[in-house]
Amino acid sequence: MIQDRVAGTVSPPGVLFAMLGVAALLTPFMTLAANRIVAGEGVMAWAVAAPALVAPGLLAVAAGLLLGVPAGKPWLRLFGSVLGLSGLLWLLMQGAPALLDGEGGYARVSPAIGFWLLLVILSLLLADTLTALAPGPWMRLGFLAVASAVLGVVLWSGALADLSVMQEFSSRRDAFLREALRHLGLAFGSLATATVIGFPLGILCHRRAGLRGAILPVLSFLQTIPSLAMFGLMIPILGWVGDAVPGAQDLGIAGIGFAPAFLALVLYSLLPVVGNTAAGLAAAPPAALEAARGMGMTPLQRLLRVELPLGLPIILTGLRIVLVQNIGLAVIAGLIGGGGFGTFVFQGLNQTATDLILLGALPTVALALAAAIVMDALVDLTRRTPKGTP
Amino acid sequence: MSIGWSLRPILALFLLVLVLRPEWFAPMLAPLAPEGGPVIYERASLLSLSLSHLALVAAASAAAVVVAVTLAILVTRPSGAAFRPVSRTVANMGQTFPPVAVLALAVPALGFGAGPTLVALFLYGLLPIFENAVTGLSNLPPATMEAARGIGLNRWQRLVRVELPLALPVILTGVRLSVVIAMGTATIGSTVAARTLGEVIIAGLLTNNTAYVVQGGLVVGLFAVLIYDAMVQLERRLAARVGL
Amino acid sequence: MIEIDGITKTYGAMTAVDAVSMTVETGTITVIVGTSGSGKTTLLRMINRLEEPSAGEVRINGEATHSLKPHILRRRIGYAIQGHGLFPHHTVGRNIGAVPELLNWPKDKIRARVDELLELFSMDPDAFRDRYPAELSGGQQQRVGVARALASRPDLLLMDEPFGALDPIIRTRAQEDLRRIQQRLGSTIMLVTHDMEEAIRLGDRVAVMDGGKLVQHGTPAEIIAAPATEFVADMVGDVERPLRLLSLIPAGEVVEEGTANGEALPASASLRDALSACLWTGREAVPIERDGAAAGRVTLAAIRARAEAHG
Repeated sequence: MIQDRVAGTVSPPGVLFAMLGVAALLTPFMTLAANRIVAGEGVMAWAVAAPALVAPGLLAVAAGLLLGVPAGKPWLRLFGSVLGLSGLLWLLMQGAPALLDGEGGYARVSPAIGFWLLLVILSLLLADTLTALAPGPWMRLGFLAVASAVLGVVLWSGALADLSVMQEFSSRRDAFLREALRHLGLAFGSLATATVIGFPLGILCHRRAGLRGAILPVLSFLQTIPSLAMFGLMIPILGWVGDAVPGAQDLGIAGIGFAPAFLALVLYSLLPVVGNTAAGLAAAPPAALEAARGMGMTPLQRLLRVELPLGLPIILTGLRIVLVQNIGLAVIAGLIGGGGFGTFVFQGLNQTATDLILLGALPTVALALAAAIVMDALVDLTRRTPKGTP
Repeated sequence: MSIGWSLRPILALFLLVLVLRPEWFAPMLAPLAPEGGPVIYERASLLSLSLSHLALVAAASAAAVVVAVTLAILVTRPSGAAFRPVSRTVANMGQTFPPVAVLALAVPALGFGAGPTLVALFLYGLLPIFENAVTGLSNLPPATMEAARGIGLNRWQRLVRVELPLALPVILTGVRLSVVIAMGTATIGSTVAARTLGEVIIAGLLTNNTAYVVQGGLVVGLFAVLIYDAMVQLERRLAARVGL
Repeated sequence: MIEIDGITKTYGAMTAVDAVSMTVETGTITVIVGTSGSGKTTLLRMINRLEEPSAGEVRINGEATHSLKPHILRRRIGYAIQGHGLFPHHTVGRNIGAVPELLNWPKDKIRARVDELLELFSMDPDAFRDRYPAELSGGQQQRVGVARALASRPDLLLMDEPFGALDPIIRTRAQEDLRRIQQRLGSTIMLVTHDMEEAIRLGDRVAVMDGGKLVQHGTPAEIIAAPATEFVADMVGDVERPLRLLSLIPAGEVVEEGTANGEALPASASLRDALSACLWTGREAVPIERDGAAAGRVTLAAIRARAEAHG
């Protein structure tokens, strides 16, 4: 009986997160290294700075974990997770300059396993509370905007400038901006191109079952080809095009660089665009289409007024898959000279420079997450029918 | 979505020759190699790289199946229901993490070699399998479940004899997605010094030897397509048996 | 007036509709009844050219349908189908205004027409105009479907099993509604059903289809009294035939002098109602009243005589 009462007031995931959080606090929170290559030495959370500076952060993390425990109070738990995450940020901001103090110009501080574990645990708590709150699309976009703004202000203010990943950034500010634009160009450019090609193809596939049976299997096999192989196989093809077609090289078409990466991404994008366009158009209820024909809509009117509006959420879901996938796959472009954040990831792997890897990987992950949240909200916003409609 | 009965053996044979007798393709690949440079990758046998590649994928996927299905079973029981919303959100959002980034992030924690690749493949592989297993185990026909209770099967018997077999086709779809991603991520794994077929492609990229790139790309691409195709066939058989 | 002239539809070697000719008078309901596969739906769909006839022609008020582009033709013909076919992403108002919108009516005129139709179907415009189809009951969805088909005041309204998805209780209400509205607007309606009861209740004229052929075309009374073929007789149902007939004759026609016990029936009640009132209460006769005043009685014997006269 007591168990029942406890179960009713306590969130089991909250308890698990609190226990894991306490365990994570007992692992090194930050690392201090003599330079950017050598392995560093772990520092516990309470030792990263003077006790008076550390205490508020530790308290916030502990309170955050504790506030996650009660069941049935999602706003309180949400506050807890945000408080905890702020505590983590505080500890990083206080720890980095304090640890570097008097360690010489080459010394590097970076977050260690304890920080990452707590970040994951508190994010899980955040995810759990957000799932319970089930916010609508506008509110989700709002949360994302606030989170991005806070992150932007913190990074821009220089409060984390002493972290080694930020030092990597500041020594490559121009390159970072260039590769970021390149990365966005690859991801969004290939999405746009695939949409321009794939959308009409999807409409054709919807209208002609024979075409659908021929095109979709080919596209799904394209999708199974491992990315590195696909990027690689584009090199001889585009190399040949660059040599054989007059003027192609002036347009930047060559075996190495942007073009093969772009083409590979477009090929990967076709299946979700074509497949979801066809599936979306097929989602309109047959009786509604029969009625539309019967009332005298032309094929174009049926497409624009009935099939497309009803299929839009499914079509956008396809674009969401493409965008998130391409943001990730664009990293591979770094291997064939196509630029993007992959440049830093693979340079970092070559030099065994962890911070350089992070400089490439973290923005990619953040970008993919943000794209997923925005696209999911868009999908929800385009559901024109009230809930419960087939 | 099958390659078709005629194409399948041809592709399989092509792959076999590519792996076992790569030198037969030297005349075709030669124009792609740099002047006077090597045409056929000989630093390691393609066979051993293939086996190592497939072993990595198989090990990671097997572990992912065991863990993901166990977790899915747990969250679909009444006692684990509290964890279900958060686990679904994690599975959904986790899949937005690019596989390459997961691989790259595993390196700082685990160093170079097969280790981080295995961990990245495993972690990433969990998500689609878990998601599909939860879907499969939650959407069982209510009448069948009622009947299973009615004939006196206990909870364990219901799980093993009714729920898992019925959910199997859906779970297998998750495994297929997971294996496809694992094949691709394992290829990139050679950038963190795992022994996989990606090595051939990377070697080609580093030495500007397109012949290597094409060789490695074809082998790994064919493996992926054939494995995908085989799993689709397997799913169809099972689905037909379960009557979905 | 709708003239259907030797219209035929063949699919390869199969003839779905075989040289059907009939005339539908303006302002009447013609019900096409038949089993599935009898060609009744194909016949209907050839009228608005959702199916192109293989031979023959249809003229609406003298104008041949093939002289118009199909989508232009269809905008002049209302079309209501089983399962309503409402657009789930449009409000009730936009659904009803769909054809006027295609015809580029001005917005305020569309809006006025939508409200008018909602009122006609006993749905409060302010309450229903902005709802989505999924927020309506099955009966309401069906009414909106019919209202949509009537919105542009079409020359002709085609209905394909419009009540097929409704449960029996609401179906009767819907049929009564349709009758009332048709009389009010004077619409010309062709309706397809597999339900002979519905055909008899709704039709001014009933057309029976079998194997692609029109086997009988007449008033409900003619169909019941003199089935042209075995098939028609089967459709009408031998056992219930006298009852069906009685349900078409108002009690006022056989009223006689005299009194009877129990509650009076109005003169407009059918003989079937009078019969069931007698049998239910074990009386030999029921009193009949006209405009609230006693008008005499109907006896069991008179009812029987009337039923046998046609038997």
